[in-house]
Order: sequence, then C-alpha cells, then structure tokens
Amino acid sequence: MATIENLPSRTTERPIGFGRLKRKEDARFIRGKGTYLDDIRLPGMVYGAVLRSPYAHARIVSIDTSKALAAPNVAAVITAKDLETLGLAWMPTISYDTQAVLAGDKVRFQGQEVAFVIATDEYSANDALQLIDVEYEPLPAIVNARKALDPDAPLIRDDKTGQVDNLASPTWEAGDKDATDRAFAEADTVVVRDIIYPRCHPAPLETCGMIADFNPETGQLDIYNGNQAPHAHRTVYAHVAGLAEHMIRIKCQDIGGGFGNKVPVYPGYVCAIAGSIVAGVPVKWVENRTENLVSTGFARDYVMHAEMCAKDGKITGLRVDVIADHGAFDSTAQPTKFPAGFFHIVCGSYDLQASHVQVKAVYTNKAPGGVAYRCSFRITEAVYLVERMVDALALELKVDPIELRMQSFIGPEQFPYETTTGWTYDSGNYAETMRVAMDIAGYEELRREQAEKRERGELMGIGVAFFTEGVGAGPRKHMDILGLAMNDGADLRVHPSGKAVVSISAQTQGQGHETTFAQIVAEELGIPPEDVEVRHGDTDRSPYGLGTYGSRSTPVSGAAVAVVSRKVRDKARLIAATMLETRPEDLAWEKGRWYVKGDPEKGALIEEIAERAYSGEEMPAGMEGGLDAQVIYDPPNLTYPYGAYIAVVDIDPDTAQVTVRRFIAVDDCGVRINPMIVDGQIHGGLAEGVGIALMELISFDEEGNCLNSSFMDYLIPTALECPDFELGETVTPCPHHPLGAKGVGESPNVGSPPAIVNAVIDALYETHGVEHIDMPCTPARVWAAMQGRPEPPQ
Amino acid sequence: MHVSISVNGEQVSREIEPRQLLVHFIRETPGLTGTHWGCDTSNCGACVVQMDGAPVKSCTILAAMCEGHEIRTVESLEVDGQLDPVQQGFHELHALQCGFCTPGMLMTARALLDENPNPTDHEIRTAISGAICRCTGYKNIVAAVRWAAEHEATAKQGV
Amino acid sequence: MQTPASFEYERATSVDGAIASLQRLGPDARVIAGGHSLLPMMKLRLANPQHLIDINDLTDLAYIREEGDELRIGALTRHVDLLKSELLFRHAPLFRDAEQVIADPVVRNRGTIGGSLCQADAAEDLSAVCVAAKAKVVIRGANGERVVSIDDFHVGPYMTAVGDGELLTEVRIPLRPRGGSAHEKVERRAGDWAIAAASVAVWLEGSRIGDAGIGLSAVGLTTVHLARAEELLRGATPSEELYAQAGEIASADCSPSADGRGPVDYKRHLAGVLTVRALRRAVARAIHQEA
Repeated sequence: MATIENLPSRTTERPIGFGRLKRKEDARFIRGKGTYLDDIRLPGMVYGAVLRSPYAHARIVSIDTSKALAAPNVAAVITAKDLETLGLAWMPTISYDTQAVLAGDKVRFQGQEVAFVIATDEYSANDALQLIDVEYEPLPAIVNARKALDPDAPLIRDDKTGQVDNLASPTWEAGDKDATDRAFAEADTVVVRDIIYPRCHPAPLETCGMIADFNPETGQLDIYNGNQAPHAHRTVYAHVAGLAEHMIRIKCQDIGGGFGNKVPVYPGYVCAIAGSIVAGVPVKWVENRTENLVSTGFARDYVMHAEMCAKDGKITGLRVDVIADHGAFDSTAQPTKFPAGFFHIVCGSYDLQASHVQVKAVYTNKAPGGVAYRCSFRITEAVYLVERMVDALALELKVDPIELRMQSFIGPEQFPYETTTGWTYDSGNYAETMRVAMDIAGYEELRREQAEKRERGELMGIGVAFFTEGVGAGPRKHMDILGLAMNDGADLRVHPSGKAVVSISAQTQGQGHETTFAQIVAEELGIPPEDVEVRHGDTDRSPYGLGTYGSRSTPVSGAAVAVVSRKVRDKARLIAATMLETRPEDLAWEKGRWYVKGDPEKGALIEEIAERAYSGEEMPAGMEGGLDAQVIYDPPNLTYPYGAYIAVVDIDPDTAQVTVRRFIAVDDCGVRINPMIVDGQIHGGLAEGVGIALMELISFDEEGNCLNSSFMDYLIPTALECPDFELGETVTPCPHHPLGAKGVGESPNVGSPPAIVNAVIDALYETHGVEHIDMPCTPARVWAAMQGRPEPPQ
Repeated sequence: MHVSISVNGEQVSREIEPRQLLVHFIRETPGLTGTHWGCDTSNCGACVVQMDGAPVKSCTILAAMCEGHEIRTVESLEVDGQLDPVQQGFHELHALQCGFCTPGMLMTARALLDENPNPTDHEIRTAISGAICRCTGYKNIVAAVRWAAEHEATAKQGV
Repeated sequence: MQTPASFEYERATSVDGAIASLQRLGPDARVIAGGHSLLPMMKLRLANPQHLIDINDLTDLAYIREEGDELRIGALTRHVDLLKSELLFRHAPLFRDAEQVIADPVVRNRGTIGGSLCQADAAEDLSAVCVAAKAKVVIRGANGERVVSIDDFHVGPYMTAVGDGELLTEVRIPLRPRGGSAHEKVERRAGDWAIAAASVAVWLEGSRIGDAGIGLSAVGLTTVHLARAEELLRGATPSEELYAQAGEIASADCSPSADGRGPVDYKRHLAGVLTVRALRRAVARAIHQEA
C-alpha cells in the first residue's frame, strides 16, 4: 500500500510546523481503512438492542420478557429489575442529576430505554424487541417548557425525594439587576422580543455505540466507544459500576463525528457494560438513527424573553429571562458552577452599561441531553439572542445593523475587557474584522442590489452577525465537570532517533488532531511533523484530561503540547550545553537546533541531542537520561475567538423558500496552526448553521411523540443547500495561550444561524413587516410569517 | 439461502438470511468495513457502493438481489498502490474530516466522473446530494471532485 | 441499524413466473423492484411481507419506446432512465422536471416507475405526472392484461387497482400534437418529499388550449386530479388571468392535511402557485416546440 507521503503532491512545500499541511489521518480514511466502532468485531461478541418507550409519560404496569427470552439466538433480556441487583438501575448525569438506565417505575420521554436484549446477532436482537410485552398506563405529558411549572402540570420526576414541581434547577443569575434597571430607565430606545432557540440535534453521521468487554477472570473491563472525553468517561464508569478505575480501559478509535453528541454517558452504554458483566462475553450496542435522534443528546431548547436598550445610537443594556427545557433528566453538559453553561456571554461583543440574565430550567417529557451541538456550553443560544436583538434594535432605530454594531463594539484598546456578566475577554479588534467581512461581501453593492430587487418585487436579505465566544474551558479555579478539573495532559517522548510520540487527552472526531498536534511539536522542536506520532483515544496510552468539546482542543490540549515541547526543548538545551562544552545560557535556539551564540556553526540538532540523551555518554550533572516530558495544562482563562458573518438570502415571494446565496465568514481565532484545517472546521460549522437556521428541528406533538425521528424528517443540508462559503480572516493572537491560538471549531455554528435569520428578516421586514421569525426558517414557517402570523416551533 | 456475489472482482459466497442487507454482507466480508451506514431510511449515503458501475445505497438493497451483479466498494479504488484521482483529490483539497461519509462520497464521485468527466460545480453538488457530510460543508468535496476531473483530463492527454 | 423481519425470497425469471408466484402466495407476498420505498418500511417494521418476489431480472420490463400514438414505459424503468431519456423529454418534458427532484441521484439509480406508482403515496411525483399526461397503465394477471386509466389506477391512499396476483407492467402516455408539459415542486430540502407539487400538460388547438391535464402531489389523501381546472382550460386562450383562475381552483379543490411540512393553508396556497407556474411553463413549451 502506498503511503500518503509518497503521493505526488500539488505543492512541494512541506512546512515544518505551522501551515497548510495535508492531513496524516487521510491515508486510512480515503482507503476505507478507518476503524469506527461498528467495524470492530471481537471473538464471541454478542449484540445488544434497546426496547424503547412508545409513550412520553406512562406508568409501567408490567414487563413480560418470556417470549423474547425464548426466541432463537437470544442470550438475555435485561430490565430495570436486573439492573437494580447490580446497582445500575440509575446513573448520574454530568449535571448531578440521576437518569434511569432502564425505566422501572415509569417512562418519562418517548424513546426512553425500557429493556435491553442480548442476542448472537443484530437481526435476532432487533426481532426480539418485538416480543417483549410491556403494559403501560399513559399519563399526561408536558412538552411545552412554558407549561411545565403550571400548578396542574403532572409531576415528571416523582422519583426524586422532595421534588414537588418540574423545576430542574433553581433560577440562576448573572449581571447586575439594579444597574440594568438604571440603564433601561436612562435609555431612549427599548426593544422586546420573545425568541426560541428550538431543539435540534448534532446527529453525527456515525451514531453512538459501545462494545463492552468484561473479563471475569481478571476483572478488566475493556470499552470500545467513540466518545469525546474518554478519561472522564472512565472515571464515571468506575463510580457507576463500582469497578476499579485502573482496571477499565477505554479505546476510542476513529469517530464518525461527535459535535457534542458523544460527550455524555448514555443508558445504552451502561446496558452494554452490564450485559458484558452478566454474559461474560463482549457486548456490542450501536444505536440506530432513530434512537440517536429520539434519545441521545439533543441541543438548545431555550425559550427566551429579551429586552435590549440603546441611548444615543449605542447599545447600553440587555435583560434576558430564559426557560431552559432539559427534558426528563438534567444531563446538560456544562461546568458545575455554570448551570446555564456560558449563556451569560449573551452581552456579546458590545460595550454595555449593564446587563442582567436569569435562567431557570424545567423538566419536560422530552429526551434528556442539553449537549452543546458544536457549541461551547450555551454560547450558541446566547449569541443567537444578542445578535437577533441587535438587529431588532437597528430596525427600531432605523439604522444599518452594521452601523449599530460599529457604534457599540468593545474597542481594541479596552482589552482585556471585563463584561457586565463577569467574563474577561482576552483580545480583539472587532471593527477591523467587521470591515474585512464587509469588503469581501461588497456590502454597499449588496445593499444597492437589494434595493433594485425590491423595486422588482424580489425578496433579498442581507444578514449580519458578530459573535464573541468563550472557548477552551477552563481554569481549574472556576471550572470542573463532576468535580474533575477541566485541564488536559500531554506527554512527549523524543526517541533516540529524534522521532517523537506525543500523547494527548483530547480526542479527535475528525478535527485532525493527528496532524495539528504533530505540527505543534514540529514547530516547537523543529523536527518534521511526519516524525511526530500523535496518540490519543486510549486511556491506557494517554495522559488524563477532559477531552474534546467546547472548542477546547487547541486552547487546552494544544497549549499542553506547546508547553511540553518547550519543556523538552529546555532539557535539550542543558544536554546540548554538555555536548558542546558550554553553558546553557550561551546557547541560542533556531528551529531544530541549539547553537553557540556567536559561533552558529557549532550546535546540536534535536536528533543529536536525543541520541545523546539515551546514549552512554555523559549527561548534565544530576539529570536523568532520556528526552521526555509531561504536563497537565491549566488554562489561565478561556480564549475568546470572534467573527463577523454576513449572509445573503433570496426568498421566493410566492413559495417562501429561503436560499442562502452567499455566506461570508471572517473569523479571528488568533494564530492558525493549520489554516487548511481551520478553514475546514469553519466550512463544516457553517453548513450546520445553515441546517439549524433553515431545517434542523426536533419537535413533538402534544402527546410527546417525536416528529423528527429519522433522516426523512430530521433534515440536514445537502451540497445543494450549502453555498460556496467565502472565508476571510484577521489574526489577533491570544495573549495567554502559548501559541497565541484560540479555539475555532464551534464559531461557525455559533455565528451563522443569527446571520441567516437576520437576513431573512432583512428581506421581509420592509415588504411584509416581519419583525421576528423563530428557526427553522422552513418554507411553511416563513410563509406564515409573511402572512403576519409567525408561529413558535413546537 | 446461498449467494455468490462479485465484490471488487472477487466472488464472495456465503449462506445468508434472505433479509440480509447488502451493506451487512459487504461489511462481513473480511477487510471490507469501509462501507458504512448512517441511517435507516436511505437518506445519508454513507453506504454507497457501485452496482454494475452505478452508485447505489447498499442499506436499501438485499444481498440476495445482488447475485449476478458486480459490486465495487471503496477498497477497490486503489489499484496496485496507485490511488484513484478522487481519493487523491480528497486528500489534496481536505475534503474529509471524520472520514465517515468519505467512502460513499468517493464511490459517488467516481461514478460521476466515469459518466461525466468534466462536471460543473452544480453537477457535482447534485451528484452528491444524496449523501450527507456533517463535517466539511461540502465545499472542499466539490473542489476535490473538480481536482480529480482536471487531473484525469491531464493524465489522459498525456497518454 | 434497523433490520427487516424474516421473509422468503424468490427471484422471478419471467413476468408470468412472477405472476404465478404472486397468485400462489397471496396477499403475504410483495413484489420488490428498486426497493427504496418497501425496504425502509420493512426496516421500520411498518411492512412485514412473508414473501418477496424480486423482479429486477425482468429486464424486458425496462424500456421507453414510441409505439403508434403512445409512449410506452416498462414498469421496471428506473428513475435515472426516465430522467435521461431524450425521447421522453421531447414528448413529455414534465417527466424530466419531476425526475430532477425525485429523491436523490443515487436513489434514482434503483427506484422504478412501477414501484413509485404502486406505492401510491399521495406525495409521490410520478403519480401526478401520469395524471397530467393522461396515462394508462397495463396490469397483467394470470388471465391476461387489462389497461386502466390512471384515474382508475389510484383507488385510495397507498391503494391501486393492482390486485393480488397481478403485476403492473407498463405505463402508456398518449402522444398528441402540440403538447407541452411541466412539473413544479416545493420541498423542504433537496431529496425530500413534496410539500406540494403540480404537474400540468396542455395540448393546443389553434391559439387556444384544446385539452389539459393537471395532477397535484401531497395535497390530498391521494394524488389530486384537478378536473375542474382542466375543464376551465379547455377551449380557453392562454393568459395570466386564466392561469390565476386555474391556480385558484387548485387551491380550492385540493384537500391537504397539516403535517411537519406545513399547515393546510400554506399547502393550498402552494397548490395554486405551483399550478400557475407549471401551467405557464407547459404552455410556453407547447408554443416553443412549434416555433
């Protein structure tokens, strides 16, 4: 098999370190040689399938598994009763709630796990599901978050002692209420909007699944599972299953996308583990697409009421009241001290006088989740809200939406900038980035074209969004998940030949870690990136850390790799000094080599130093041999990438179909390690944003039936709905990241939905008086808005 | 029932249940897990293989229906260590991230270029519109297919 | 992934053989051709046939040809071939309009016209196309063939005139002079089923519309045959006012239900808009063909 390095390349340029290096991981993927979960077959492996509730809310009267047990090829059927004996009937969520692994008392959402069948093959396991008889006593369901706290609402979580209503967590506040009241009192203009960020789903192309392989002789549990945080999962399993943490090994091989969906621990995983413990053989469970959409990791579902005020043409205040719909169990993903995630970044990119945010969370008879779908802990909701509100204010003030933003931006001289809700933004030059986007778009020309088209009765909209994200959680003094600090490790070993292995705790799901992290080592040590092997995804072979989500790989793990490389470089300097018979302070560094100041010919390459470090030759006094180092990186702050996005849409005046004709994205994510990969991340997130803005929706009928339970109804954009994205960049380095880099993966998903919705409103406000439309902007919903009766997306 | 299906030019014979889906038949053949599945409703295109040269969704064809037909999968694209231009193009233009949709995209793109060696961007987008990519936003996939088309044209001129 | 329940599989080697098997096995047997409607339903366990009769080898049912004053399309003709056929496009361009928006190109490589029509989903495009084109279908059973009009073919939601032990073998499109046709569809996303779609065919006589056919998809329990609008058009001179009147009839005479694709009033609105658009294009094509 030819190796990818042998391929004739378009360019002969092979950067050492940062640059557009083509990806190492492509070699296996383009040949169909990736190893995704369902590709793995272990000897003696059996297959699990989950029976799910058809009801959103019902008491379980009885479960009869006898027919299923008698079916051919069925090895076992597990119910809540069986799990109780193992102590596994309930599991903790990542938000300190509890979630039923298999429902015993009642079901609380449609699609909830009720029984787990184990059979010798997948087809037989699916067949057996049809043979389990469950008698349900249906109960009224709550699907509308606004009604969850009604006095007559049925109590969903009667399993929780002391729970008397459907409040999932008490009201959480940020900002200064009194100061905000004053800002509104002093303002000359106020706008008010009710805005829903509807429930949607990350829906990675590979669904979730696990192979659990428990060895009863040794007590070792091997887990194959594509997840975004293998080390944290291992700790959770140790607590849940009462197994010794060092006897659990999680191997994440290739992962077919995550986008937040593969952050949590799901009941199916616990069932697979329990199944393997019971059956003594490896158990594979892979959810089908319907299971993925109806039961695992939804995103958003924020019902928001907002007021924004301005004085003298500048935004001055923001007041936000949110009901967060957590579904039946609170398994939202966020750091412990932040029950509404980072939603309070809702003050956005603007130098406000004051703001106040309150969020309360409710239980409903909908699937649990609240994961961040390519979003750093609710920042997507926050950015959507503030950017919609700024546009609403611009309409009210009758000013260009860019003009209002320009008037209200935090100035470059104000960084580091303390926001009114307590964030410390690191760096930025917002107006410059906005101008670059306007230039690429040809903003003035677009406005002229719009005016001409309007004359002809054509509907064209230009929408702007400017976002600031806080990514790379996070400093251990502020942030943890389930008590685990949000830090990441890196372990770098330079071998005697000068080739290196770097092990990281981040976990790629397609982001290109094997390439990017090799480039960081290459940049720092001056060795070719192909000489650096990146190891991750195996808890036995990588240092502890919290994984990949919240755009934290580069901000946290990337920093860890830079720091560990510098540690190795520092050690190399001491060794080089011995080799060159000089003092370390007399040496200078150039990429790949320490040399004697004033005598550049005299020096030692990293390879030579590595050879020396492992040889029998003399080492500096007191120094151990080898050229290795380890770090755990604790970021001093989040990184704050930002960007200016402009969407151009056309709307068919008769059918109300929205077409995104152009999309301009100018991102500032600080220093770009591999600009090709950064661009790719942005393209992908923009496509998801197009999906969320126009079509992606998880909705329910009044009985709690999920109406979007397959890809026939959960619509994901194809190549025909996505425009040819136009990217630009500005580079404002992060002052506290060792490489000056910020995270980027989620920015495009955060920034694009408001740009598109703002464009839709921009197209329809003047002609049809449409002031707001909730996503998704489907033809039917846009048409209804054009008729003067926009509808919420329930 | 017994079936014998030509997969990548080799006859694969096996006892199967009539209900076995082609995607499972392929994936149970040693070494051929490059063909993936991502949905249950023929919408995602992760399972696309070629049947007698035409791209088809192998999750929506019974293996039993394939006896007497030629199935080709992503694993057949590279011949004697030489990558197919579409594979090369995907690498050159960063047209893949997680890699899960890639085999289906490659087989769809290969069939497109076999039929239409010089497609427009819109023709490329249409051809791959039955396949979902969650990572790339399609932009680089379109560019990669165009790259492959251009390089095939150059290669042919060279002969 | 989801998997179908067990069944017996039989590969037909002749049309008569397939019909004999269908007769022998009765209502528990289903014919499978492209399988892109049936297999997903079987995976979801919404369809559980005991026997599948695979007719994909009956390649003598895959053709598009001109015969006398008819175009004849074999039931096993795949969407991709309907899309690419120049003969079909010349005589009935609404087929190409429809085929460009039926599912996606990969699915179109397998799905067949016979399968689409026999599925008789009201949202399916080709049923409306056949209504507009005033097609007839040939149904064969043990006792020979019968030819039924497309209106008689559609007997109810997901129900057709094809009885147990019978097979749809051919679709016949009458060839009449000075015709033009078009199909217009609005979908939530490429590859989705229609929110609404309109198929229109017209045949000119002098400067007037001599005859017209209009079928609507996805706005009723079955494909909607817009007889009242056809009546309006017959003998009328093409004009925007006329199209608007036809559109109003379309909005009034369809009977959509609300679902995830949209509310009733939107679908009625679309039925009108799309009827007007398809009619306008159909007439333009009829005139253009003469020019």
